[in-house]
Amino acid sequence: MTNTAGLVEIRWHGRGGQGAVTSAELLAQAAINEGKYAQAFPAFGAERRGAPVVAFVRIDSDNPIRVRAEIDEPDVVVVLASDLLRVVNVSSGLKADGILVINTPKTADEIIKEFHYKWALATVDATRIARETLGVPIVNTAMVGALLKAAEVTKLDSLIEPLKHRFGRLADKNINAMQKAYEGTTVRGKSN
Amino acid sequence: MTQRVGIEVSRAVAIAAKLANVDVVAAYPITPQTHIVEDLSEMVASGELDASYIPVESEHSAMSSCLGSVAVGARTFTATSSQGMELMHEVLYVASGMRLPVVMAVANRALSAPISIWGDHSDVMSVRDTGWIQIFVTNGQEAFDNILCAFRIGEDRRALLPVMIHLDGFQLTHVIEPIYLEEQGDVDRFLPRFEYPLPLDPDKPVTMGAFGPPDIYTEVKKAQDVVLTSSKEVILEAWKEFGDIFGRYYSPIQCYRCEGAKVLLMTMGSFSETAMSAVDAMRDDGHAVGLLNLRLWRPFPFAEIRQAVKDADVLVVFDRALSFGGPGGPVCSEVRSALYSLDKRPKVVGFVGGLGGRVVSIAGFREIIERGTRIASEGTEQEFEMFGVRE
Repeated sequence: MTNTAGLVEIRWHGRGGQGAVTSAELLAQAAINEGKYAQAFPAFGAERRGAPVVAFVRIDSDNPIRVRAEIDEPDVVVVLASDLLRVVNVSSGLKADGILVINTPKTADEIIKEFHYKWALATVDATRIARETLGVPIVNTAMVGALLKAAEVTKLDSLIEPLKHRFGRLADKNINAMQKAYEGTTVRGKSN
Repeated sequence: MTQRVGIEVSRAVAIAAKLANVDVVAAYPITPQTHIVEDLSEMVASGELDASYIPVESEHSAMSSCLGSVAVGARTFTATSSQGMELMHEVLYVASGMRLPVVMAVANRALSAPISIWGDHSDVMSVRDTGWIQIFVTNGQEAFDNILCAFRIGEDRRALLPVMIHLDGFQLTHVIEPIYLEEQGDVDRFLPRFEYPLPLDPDKPVTMGAFGPPDIYTEVKKAQDVVLTSSKEVILEAWKEFGDIFGRYYSPIQCYRCEGAKVLLMTMGSFSETAMSAVDAMRDDGHAVGLLNLRLWRPFPFAEIRQAVKDADVLVVFDRALSFGGPGGPVCSEVRSALYSLDKRPKVVGFVGGLGGRVVSIAGFREIIERGTRIASEGTEQEFEMFGVRE
């Protein structure tokens, strides 16, 4: 299990329009509502729909967060689009005891066979879950659920209020997507 | 009740302007300031904020509109950045010269060319001498708080001066972090209604911005300097009262772990928090170092700086702007000259870095302090050094 005490650094990889930045924002808001310190921000610069994007979250239960630099050595990496695994070095700098959380229809074993990851791995078919619950393949809220299964940086329930605030009448569907993905995520320990 | 919320700093700045109950917002969007004025525009459109939003065609018009609205006695807010501030440059002098207290949030960003949308303090330094009160903030809470303070300071009859609140582009504007948003009732208690002493009024005509021939211009400029310099009292008073109401106190310079420090680092803006972590690490290793976080840029806090450095041997100043062909960093050169007349003063070493969004890490600030200390002991002919540059 990934360390969730002290400072936890999470990097999100997605494609413009998938909602990686929104995921980061919602997660930070949930942590802040729990009384923790948290910070979320996109990679600074111009972004385009469909292009690879990155977003960052830091959560610290005890201390205010002073560092404002992008995260080079994350504890957790969340990948919203598995085709990015071939395009971007998503595991760059990932700590040895860190975990990769990947949206894929494949099993963890298949992913490891293909990419030889040395880290713990959580997999979920978030695209299928999003299609079933939301009717569209937007996986950001589902991937928040997957992340929380892989690393309990906040309580799942703490996301409900930020989701309601953010999505209004679409909130229930998104909460459902998050919960379904939480249940449907398989966590596999570090390979030796 | 005061609420602790996770919110983007830009949005908190917009909420501060709303809580200040602004009458007019005239602005033109520019990265990374955009979210501030987008939010205000939405608030006005939805009726959440009873104000006029003037969607102008340029920053020159934005600031010109602001002047007109303050002149009739309307509380006025705008925000800009970088090239946008350059485009309004000539109007900035008119705001201060005519004593029109506009409040402007500046999302600090580099200047072209080459085009950079990322942060540094080049835009701040290009408007250094425009006669505005200028305050740097370190984090989102300071940004929210100081927008409220800016109205109180600028509109005070002893000041009647425009105020810029400088917040680092992206590193502050685009970050979601915990911020205490204050209650309307408490804000109203802190911030009295704006009563401009001699507003434009068709029934009582006044002349504003009249001709200043040679027999009066010097006196006007002297008066302007006196009022900006003495506005420090108004600023200190506002910060004190803000602290008494809201529990967060501000000062022209924040001295962080300066007790017994022989080496001091001076920084401005959001990088100061990173620098604090470097100071913590060096203190843990037994080094007597501290940080001066410069908040008040204009009026320049001479007395506070002299007091803060009086026991230090070395002062390292880190600038995020460059005076080409000159003495390097503008802040360093001002600090150096402020200390020149003292009998006992620290050696001042200047670094310029963090330009156009280049991040300086905790290890980077440690290197700056260590290298600055070495330069101070060995001496150098150079006025300053560029930090982290590939040559």
